[in-house]
Amino acid sequence: MTPRYFLRRLVTLVATLFAATLVVFSLLSVLPGSPAQVILGTQATPASVKALTQQLGLDHPLWRQYVHWLHGLLTLRLGHSYISQLPIGSQIGRSLAVTGPLIGFGLLVGIVIAVPFGVAAALFRRNAAGAAITSLSQVGIAVPNFIVGLLLILVFAVRLGWLDASGFTPWSQSVWAAFKSLVLPAIALGLVEGALLSRYVRSAVLDVLRSDYLRTARAKGLSRRQALVRHGFRNGAIPVVTVLGLEIPSLIIGAVVIENVFTLPGVGTLLLQAVSNRDLLVVQDVVMLVAVVVLVVNFLVDASYRLLDPRLR
Amino acid sequence: MSATAAEVLTRSERPSRRRLHPSAAIGGTIVAAIVLLALVALFWTPYHATIPSDQVLAPMSGHHPFGTDEYGRDVLSRLMAGAKLTLYAGAISVLIAVAGGVPVGLAAAAARGSIVDDLLMRAVDLIYAFPALLAAIVLAAAVGASTTTAMLAIGIASIPVFARVTRAASLQVLGSEYVLAARAYRRSTLAILWRHVLPNIRALLIVQASLLYAIAILAEAGLSYLGLGTPPPAPTWGAMVQDAQQYLGRDPLLVFWPGIFIALAVLGFNLLGDGLRDLLDPRLREQR
Repeated sequence: MTPRYFLRRLVTLVATLFAATLVVFSLLSVLPGSPAQVILGTQATPASVKALTQQLGLDHPLWRQYVHWLHGLLTLRLGHSYISQLPIGSQIGRSLAVTGPLIGFGLLVGIVIAVPFGVAAALFRRNAAGAAITSLSQVGIAVPNFIVGLLLILVFAVRLGWLDASGFTPWSQSVWAAFKSLVLPAIALGLVEGALLSRYVRSAVLDVLRSDYLRTARAKGLSRRQALVRHGFRNGAIPVVTVLGLEIPSLIIGAVVIENVFTLPGVGTLLLQAVSNRDLLVVQDVVMLVAVVVLVVNFLVDASYRLLDPRLR
Repeated sequence: MSATAAEVLTRSERPSRRRLHPSAAIGGTIVAAIVLLALVALFWTPYHATIPSDQVLAPMSGHHPFGTDEYGRDVLSRLMAGAKLTLYAGAISVLIAVAGGVPVGLAAAAARGSIVDDLLMRAVDLIYAFPALLAAIVLAAAVGASTTTAMLAIGIASIPVFARVTRAASLQVLGSEYVLAARAYRRSTLAILWRHVLPNIRALLIVQASLLYAIAILAEAGLSYLGLGTPPPAPTWGAMVQDAQQYLGRDPLLVFWPGIFIALAVLGFNLLGDGLRDLLDPRLREQR
């Protein structure tokens, strides 16, 4: 892609990120009631509430609180939670060590399912096998991932007893045990994504199969396989890469739900706990983290899209 | 901006008519059955959906076709009342997305290439950074979880889909020769949008709404499963799964009945949307 386009996209990205911080901050600061009151409980004296409000910097005007928060985000000094007093940065770090690999494995499972099934569904579209795969993917899309998770727990944890139904062993304790506790969650996450992704793979392959350039390639003497490998893959990859990028938000969201099913101490659990404790600073930071990831991935997809497709340069 | 999922699908997914008509029929039947269930539940359920009884965790029987839950509430009655809640929440979410997304998409298309177009689409990108669940979490943290926050979150988070689909489709129509002719007659942009663009993209929007309904049901189920939707004791399907989860080993069906209903509803609207795409969009048919 041209440097100019790249620069323009980058500026837009930064502007959007900035707007996102404004949205999150303003939504969460219009709250009635004071956080200090929430922390100290209803028994607290007005004087102690006032003292804590000052200590937390909540007596400053909103714009100063916003600038302070933004500064913390930019310098990665996130401070401490009002409620649990724990440093937010390390809390997020610990939960990322669960959610990151979960999403990675989930995506992997999704791709491993989607590519062969999607290609097969396209190649065998005229017979029963293709129709069966297509219907299966329709059902796969419709089943909520938490139901898949519970089904996996029922079969592999409750009935067979092969894996644990819940909990997480930290990576530092045992890499193997940590991996094992992510197997069922990753499958639950990946199955549903795979079903969705396989539909895009199928339509991408169909488009390639019907394309003029593939007919030309065949006409100049390439075998079906050669033509597909040499001309098909790169063209077929473009829509699939796009969709892969578009799937990242849904994987993150899926991970939040799946963590709840398997009681994994990931980003989703941190976020939901923070919501129920009204731990607003943590909510703000984690929500921003997710928004940043979504926007940056979106940007990267757009960039790679242009690298794959010379017509867009 | 990269192509949306919907654009990719409408552009390239052109399944054969042979397969699509049955899919519209099957999807339509499932949707009709669930709508009927919800309509009946408006006036009558076999038992009260939220009042506990002594018959705790009863198995399936003539009295309780789907058994009872841990508070002795009839599962069938709760599923029926849940259908009502699900359809209602889905409908409002889709309405919010349409009401927000279509005007934005039309305006952006009409102002193509201008600063207005750019600003509108960047605003859409901004919304896109907050998926439904994240929006629901922020709203729940700000004002407490309720049916309204869930519907708002799903609806607002779906605005980008409608805005982008509308913009892309409108651009196509605006580039056509009959629009050029209308311009030559000095028709105003508003009149062109109303008389030429909207009727031409209506089919696409109906299809998209049906597909979004499926997504909204799935999202609502996820939110109520996480406790971010309609608060208990309302019998949302997601909350029923959450409640039944602790009895998974003892009574797995308690988890899977609501799960099956969610899956059926989503499947129904998805199939209906796919089928309608073929039935309503003559352009796709001509290309076959």
